[in-house]
Amino acid sequence: MKTNLYNYILELADNCLIAGQRLGELCGHGPSLETDIACTNISLDLFGQTRSYFQYAADIKGGDASEDSIAFLRYERQYKNVLLVEQPNRDFAYTIARQYLFDVFHLLLLEKLQFSQDMILSAIAKKSIKEASYHVRFTGDWIKRLGDGTEESHAKMQEAIDGLWTYTNELFEVTEEAKILAEEGIAVNVSTLKDLYYEKVSALLTEATLTVPENKYFQKGGKSGIHTEHMGYLLADMQYMQRAYPNMKW
Amino acid sequence: MSEAQLKNTGTERSRSLEEIFEQRIANDEKIEPKDWMPEKYRKTHIRQISQHAHSEIVGMLPEGNWITRAPSLRRKVALLAKVQDEAGHGLYLYSACETLGISRDELYDQLHSGKAKYSSIFNYPTVTWADMGAIGWLVDGAAIINQVPLCNTSYGPYARAMIRVCKEESFHQRQGFEIMMSLCNGTEVQKQMAQDALNRWWWPSLMMLGPTDSESVHTEQSMKWKLKRKTNDELRQQFIDQTVPQADILGLTIPDPDLKWNEETGHYDFGEIDWEEFWQVVKGHGPCNKERMNARVGAWERGTWVRDAAMAYAEKQQDKKVNSAKAV
Amino acid sequence: MEKNWPLWEIFVRSKNGLEHRHFGSLHAADAEMALENARDVYTRRSEGVSIWVVESKNITASNPENNGELFEPAQDKIYRHPTFYTLPDEIKHM
Repeated sequence: MKTNLYNYILELADNCLIAGQRLGELCGHGPSLETDIACTNISLDLFGQTRSYFQYAADIKGGDASEDSIAFLRYERQYKNVLLVEQPNRDFAYTIARQYLFDVFHLLLLEKLQFSQDMILSAIAKKSIKEASYHVRFTGDWIKRLGDGTEESHAKMQEAIDGLWTYTNELFEVTEEAKILAEEGIAVNVSTLKDLYYEKVSALLTEATLTVPENKYFQKGGKSGIHTEHMGYLLADMQYMQRAYPNMKW
Repeated sequence: MSEAQLKNTGTERSRSLEEIFEQRIANDEKIEPKDWMPEKYRKTHIRQISQHAHSEIVGMLPEGNWITRAPSLRRKVALLAKVQDEAGHGLYLYSACETLGISRDELYDQLHSGKAKYSSIFNYPTVTWADMGAIGWLVDGAAIINQVPLCNTSYGPYARAMIRVCKEESFHQRQGFEIMMSLCNGTEVQKQMAQDALNRWWWPSLMMLGPTDSESVHTEQSMKWKLKRKTNDELRQQFIDQTVPQADILGLTIPDPDLKWNEETGHYDFGEIDWEEFWQVVKGHGPCNKERMNARVGAWERGTWVRDAAMAYAEKQQDKKVNSAKAV
Repeated sequence: MEKNWPLWEIFVRSKNGLEHRHFGSLHAADAEMALENARDVYTRRSEGVSIWVVESKNITASNPENNGELFEPAQDKIYRHPTFYTLPDEIKHM
């Protein structure tokens, strides 16, 4: 089995899976019907991407692996998503900030991944770029509305950005497998995206009258499976059926 | 003319307007928002369309309860898309209702204060995954029977919203039936889960089609305005006749010992519905009435600062445009 | 503050070659949001390739009470339609 490739796919896919799961929690509980519909659309896009990645990963793994066994039957330490995407929906500002901070990275990543030497990854990236471009626009617009809206919304948005900032640097950590695969032209060396990312994010935050945090101490661990305390509950929910009723078809 | 005479011609005029109005509906003409309409027509439509809209958005909650726990990715995206459609349908219907001169915020107020009703079925809990199957199969099945005739209703915006709703809903019932099929073709535990869901959802689904004709207050007027094409009892019979064979295909037993085919009438006979339970749920004493309302009110209140911020931002942008135009 | 998002009317072109058609309405704080919402609400099933949004208050509508004077005078101008004119049977298309 191509272990490096398999692990790299999980690194890409788990971000989409967990971000999609978090947005899915909100369906029916958002600030307006229109935003409910929009956030669900983003969630559906992310789950769609997840499925493409996992189907590919299942092929590589072989045996009776499937998109669902990969999505639902791993232990917490085996999920490789960044800490950012697992952060809870504390309020709409947190939801939008989390999604935006991920979306900017996601689009930059996909724009590189479309030139991957791996044809399947390249195809998934090409399809996902259009979706991610829309996500960035949607969440970016909302950052501006909340940042430059009322005093209350400004304070809430600033708090969310400050709270989540510490998780941004992990996006640019290069894992062992990604490093090897990047040399083969298959993976993206995410460290190269870092400057552009902070440039873009800072510009938008400034436009939204928000202060770019100066905090330089960052959290990491997600990519090596060491998650925040929120992750266990998210998985308990997500895996509930597969764990309670093992080996069944749904 | 004396005041009494003036008043008299006034009523005569409105009577003739009303006659013309009723004639137009009888001729299958559509009524559009700015057309003259009797106040009662307007009020009845606001009530029915908003109830329908409320049902869609409260209806998101019992199914939304399982989005994070769906057992496979395929089921998860289907369920998400379905619940999202319900938000869309609520939105189409609120918009149709707004053409009658009432705002969505007023309609929300009516829902949140308990003044407006929504379909009683959404006050039952979704306790297992099989409930997602049963809701799609039975609740959406019953809803479709209710809704298809409304595509021809007399009020144009309502009819157009319903055409869109019905078109989109066609996948909802299939989605539910497919979940039931997988369960019924699965392990013993899964079959039991499916049967248990049918046991719990069957009677509420029958109640969902409304009180019996003798108890139903609006039927005659609604028939005239094409808000209804068949009576509640006729719709219920149609639902039972179409659903029993589907249960047979699934290998499930409908929880009604009195259910049997009647050769003479060409319909299924069925047992007594517990109307006491129905009225209790309608009055707010169902298992989840409080939870559903708390969820809706909570989402709305938590969203106030967000909606306000968006308005404030929009106004600032508008001001900027005006100012930069002045500068030029 | 409690100021409600205004209502917008949504027009969608289903595919190039067709006109924009009124699809329905929705609420949004500004035009950008109206466009984004319209995309998510009315084109979830690839129903469109182009969207127009107009704030509802900017639409001026004719009053149905004037329908008589507005539209009935056109009814007897049958000479505006080709069927008004007679042609010999030999001429099949004109």
